[in-house]
Amino acid sequence: MKRAPSFMDLKDLIAVGLLAIILIVVFPALLDGFRLNLVAKYLTYAFVAVGLVLCWGLGGILSLGQGVFFALGGYGMAMYLKLEASSVENTKIQSTPGIPDFMDWNQITELPYFWQPFHSLPLTILLIILIPALFGFVIGSAMFKRRVSGVYFAIITQALAAIATILIIGQQGYTGGVNGITDLRTLHGWDIRTDSAKFILYFVNAILLLCIVGFAMYVRDSKLGRILVAMRDKEDRVRFSGYSVANFQIFVFCLAGVFAAIGGAMFTLNVGFMSPSLVGIVPSIEMVIFTAVGGRLSILGAVYGTLAVNFAKTSLSESFPELWLLGLGGLFIAVVLVFPNGLAGIWRDYVQPHIDRALKLNSKDPTDPAANVAKQAAAASPAE
Amino acid sequence: MFGDYSLGDLGSIFAMQGFAGLILFSVYVLMALGLAIIFGQMGVINMAHGEFMILGAYVTYFCSEFFSAYLPSLFPGYFFVAMALAFLASGSLGMLVEWALIKRLYKRPLDTLLATWGLSLILQQTYRSVFGPREVGVVLPDWLLGSLPVTDTIEVPINGVFVMCLTALITIAVGLLMYKARWGRQVRAVVQNRVMAGAVGIDTERVDRMTFGLGCGIAGVAGSAFTMIGSTGPTSGQLYIVDTFLIVVFGGAASLFGTIASAFSISQTQSTLEFFLSGSMAKVITLLTVVAILMLRPQGLFTLKVRR
Repeated sequence: MKRAPSFMDLKDLIAVGLLAIILIVVFPALLDGFRLNLVAKYLTYAFVAVGLVLCWGLGGILSLGQGVFFALGGYGMAMYLKLEASSVENTKIQSTPGIPDFMDWNQITELPYFWQPFHSLPLTILLIILIPALFGFVIGSAMFKRRVSGVYFAIITQALAAIATILIIGQQGYTGGVNGITDLRTLHGWDIRTDSAKFILYFVNAILLLCIVGFAMYVRDSKLGRILVAMRDKEDRVRFSGYSVANFQIFVFCLAGVFAAIGGAMFTLNVGFMSPSLVGIVPSIEMVIFTAVGGRLSILGAVYGTLAVNFAKTSLSESFPELWLLGLGGLFIAVVLVFPNGLAGIWRDYVQPHIDRALKLNSKDPTDPAANVAKQAAAASPAE
Repeated sequence: MFGDYSLGDLGSIFAMQGFAGLILFSVYVLMALGLAIIFGQMGVINMAHGEFMILGAYVTYFCSEFFSAYLPSLFPGYFFVAMALAFLASGSLGMLVEWALIKRLYKRPLDTLLATWGLSLILQQTYRSVFGPREVGVVLPDWLLGSLPVTDTIEVPINGVFVMCLTALITIAVGLLMYKARWGRQVRAVVQNRVMAGAVGIDTERVDRMTFGLGCGIAGVAGSAFTMIGSTGPTSGQLYIVDTFLIVVFGGAASLFGTIASAFSISQTQSTLEFFLSGSMAKVITLLTVVAILMLRPQGLFTLKVRR
């Protein structure tokens, strides 16, 4: 290796800058309010996809339960907003004023204890970070310390996603059931339903995503990121070198969970509701496909992959609803069989060389640790 | 939770719920047997397993329609024809899928998971386009209707008894095939050491294809049995896939006996709890217990000691 990967070298900087321009300048300039709000929704999924790049692409831990983390963040934010919308004046027609409407419908007369902390905004934000981290820590330490990995981990996290959905739908009085938490109005007194608020929230969301992308790149290019890759490829050697493999796995799983939870909270703010339809097995595995389409090793690819799949989903399901599932299914198969490195791989193999040649910016160094591994993976997999 | 019932009532409740649990157990076993063969023996995650089951259910439905329209005199026996056809249809689709898709992915188990999930979406949409989005149910022949009174308070439905007998027969057949027949020895040889199995002259690719086909074929039979106790729609398969995977993992992959034991414990827990709690909470508690046990004992209930 000629040079160790450094955080935010010129190439990364240009790429992140380009993404920032697209998100902050191009989309708001070209799209109307409705479409921009859709993009905001897609970008909240991109938080999950970026987390999955670290967890699955680099760490080799496939979690099919990211919807649970998305829900922890999303419901946390929704609970705060719902409590604010359910002030005593707003709910005076209920038999018990001052509690959310769905609780009243379910004959609950007192706010449950786990809703109490969500009266305060700072505490809510803190809990949106802390609860997923804690949850990830409990799950991760139970599993990784016993060296559960790979397929087993995927199945168990998928079961968790299933359990979470059944629980949320079943406990209608506490969670709003299958409809979720709806009719959210204000954030700390600021009406989030107006067009201008949606516009501002789009920018908050995009900038937050860029920060997360930057942080993910920092993790990838740090020593930690290289240990993750080493661990994925030869777990035992890393263990024999004296690293605690389980602790690194727990950390990256928690980090991906927190990213997903932030995405969930932003989803609630941008879209205005939270429901179990974003929690279960199907949405969780769709989030994995966003990452896979973008290229499971590429952080920026995950953002583009999320946008691409969702644009395709929206336009296909608007015009040909039957085709969408076929297309999505085909995408799963294609991304595994034909282009395992996703959009990022296509870009690197077919577009990047031309740009490099055109700009004479021919940096031959294999700076991207992901690129090396990806090449090996590509060489090893479908050719056999 | 038990306060309002007398001891005799409780006994009847447990017996009736236990029997309902046994029917659930039968479907779980049939689903899980196929999955245990594919996952346990080959290490392939087949997320489309539920859709193979639903294919069997649709085949059974069309058989019942066909027999009632053209061969009404043979209608009482249509189920056996349907079962054989379901096995063949799902099995051959399985072999086709193995040849086209799975064969390329043996070294990447997580990718088989994604690819077969894609396959399941495609199959679901195909069923929806071809057979329509509505759930269909079969007409049962007369001899399967009604119930057998055991005591004054306990009655067992005949179709349930039939499904259970069927499950027992299939399980025994699979057990014999895996542990007594030449073919089962080949499968186990390939599982334990693929290279050596190849070196002694076993066609490992063929064994893989047959194993996958057999697993899917059993799923088809499971679908056939499923029609007797529930209706079939394009997405019915997806409802069972997570439960079934948990059963296989809980039982300890690669152990057929473990699969049966775990299917039994999970279905009994669930159906007994269902009487006292709401259905959703019964399911949550059952699944959470399984996940918690798996966290403490990740290798599952029964493990096969194999040197890898």
